Amino acid sequence: MNFHAIAAIYKFEMARTWRTLFQSVVSPVISTSLYFVVFGSAIGSRIDEVQGVSYGAFIVPGLIMLSLMTQSISNASFAIYFPKFIGTVYELLSAPISYVEIVISYVGAAATKSAVLGLIILGTSFFFVDISIAHPFMMLLFLALTAITFSLFGFIIGIWADNFEKLQIVPLLIVTPLTFLGGTFYSIDMLPDIWQKITLLNPVVYLVSGFRWSFYGVADVNVGISLLMISVFLASCLVIVAWIFKTGYRLKS
Amino acid sequence: MQPIISIRGLNKRYESGFHALKNVDLDIADGDIFALLGPNGAGKTTLISVICGIVNPSDGEVRVDGHDIISDYRGARERIGLVPQELTTDAFETVWATVSFSRGLFGKPKNPAHIEKVLKDLSLWDKRNDMLMTLSGGMKRRVMIAKALSHEPKILFLDEPTAGVDVELRRSMWEVVRSLREHGVTIILTTHYLEEAEQMADRIGVINAGEIILVEDKNELMSKLGEKRLTLQLEDTIERVPDTLARHELDLVDNGNALLYTYNANDKRTGINSLFRDLDSAGIRLRDVDTKQSSLEEIFVDLVKTPTPESTSGAQATAKDNA
Repeated sequence: MNFHAIAAIYKFEMARTWRTLFQSVVSPVISTSLYFVVFGSAIGSRIDEVQGVSYGAFIVPGLIMLSLMTQSISNASFAIYFPKFIGTVYELLSAPISYVEIVISYVGAAATKSAVLGLIILGTSFFFVDISIAHPFMMLLFLALTAITFSLFGFIIGIWADNFEKLQIVPLLIVTPLTFLGGTFYSIDMLPDIWQKITLLNPVVYLVSGFRWSFYGVADVNVGISLLMISVFLASCLVIVAWIFKTGYRLKS
Repeated sequence: MQPIISIRGLNKRYESGFHALKNVDLDIADGDIFALLGPNGAGKTTLISVICGIVNPSDGEVRVDGHDIISDYRGARERIGLVPQELTTDAFETVWATVSFSRGLFGKPKNPAHIEKVLKDLSLWDKRNDMLMTLSGGMKRRVMIAKALSHEPKILFLDEPTAGVDVELRRSMWEVVRSLREHGVTIILTTHYLEEAEQMADRIGVINAGEIILVEDKNELMSKLGEKRLTLQLEDTIERVPDTLARHELDLVDNGNALLYTYNANDKRTGINSLFRDLDSAGIRLRDVDTKQSSLEEIFVDLVKTPTPESTSGAQATAKDNA
């Protein structure tokens, strides 16, 4: 194992966060806090409890998930896309480093950044709404699994993308809508029957539901199924990444 | 002695069907400066990219210091430093950070003393805290060399190292390369500048259309370069070269109006004096004389123009002979 290489890439990526502190940390924290203010404090105070918790508290796990997923994808996709774009990827490809080590370092850094961001947002939410964490260990497990899985997903997008538009298209046009429609702002049992069934096709439902369960002990779907779904998504991403490195897809000709 | 780079039957076919490397056989000796010449699209960069692990070979075998580039890629790659043709750097990193990053990437522990030495050798020490985006093109080129040297490689690939740099910087880079060779680093460089190959290389290889068509010791090539042609314009047309001039192996050209004498200017005795004496004895009067020397560029252009099957097989034999 080339630990020096893993450490070099990991530190390089983490250092980039400090250079882009406003974009990487401050901006998502502020935008998520606006949701807490508007939907949590202002509008939320006029809405009935959902699943036994105040509306402001109800949306916190979903909003953390939204930031976690979009930032994981953004961090990892940009980390591998940018060296391709400016040409410095030659150094990565010519270094004595295995594909597993490349993935550990890039995905590890992206997941670390987004998980820390998720925790910062969680800390911020305490200033706006009254929340509790019923299963802190499971909360951290969901946080870590989601960060790793979506960082892997972002890594795949970064390799697949050959322009900046493609880099943005999946987070903006797929992940964000799926999160909004995945029970972030409502419980799926508030929907008509047919839409409840359709919503179950949305994988984000399972993540938001499981994560919310770790806070309040209530969920739209069984927590075991949530863990199973995220594990399936994680395994799928790993299979795709393995295939990418085996074939050299969009990395080597 | 085992070559530090050994290539056998290397082929690269792209998905488009383009056959970029055709059955390349090449050995490069430890400690050599090897110049790879070839026109645009000849396969120089593809060959380097395959050896360094950036491009997958279609078939064939490449060994770096005895390590197969596929099955033992770590062993092969940790011995190689690569300076690519394009100036590709992270704009927002400092010189020190990017060179240190490269060392870590190649699996070496931190060694600030070595990084300092590399930066000083390349006259980059004063710029160590500068962001790369603030450097000139020549300085960025030096940074790329520093990155390639950060992990103390045994082999350094320089792909068009002096493309787009001014004469002064070019000469200073030649000094750096020579100094590296003195420290035992094998250098493989591709270049369009034939002067560069003449100045620096121990051996010269020529690649064209994906085939190695010549590998030769630089000095042997230079002796060919020393070949000169003396054209003797005649006062009167002759029909054939007189028998008394046969030992000079003259060619009758220009419809009998000129004689062509080929000799090597590096030889101690060129035979010119005896030729003029014999011409005088034969009663041949001269109107004008002219000498012309074939340059490496002419040899190169001639080689890459239309390589015949004979010349190709001959070149491959030369390559093996020289290996």
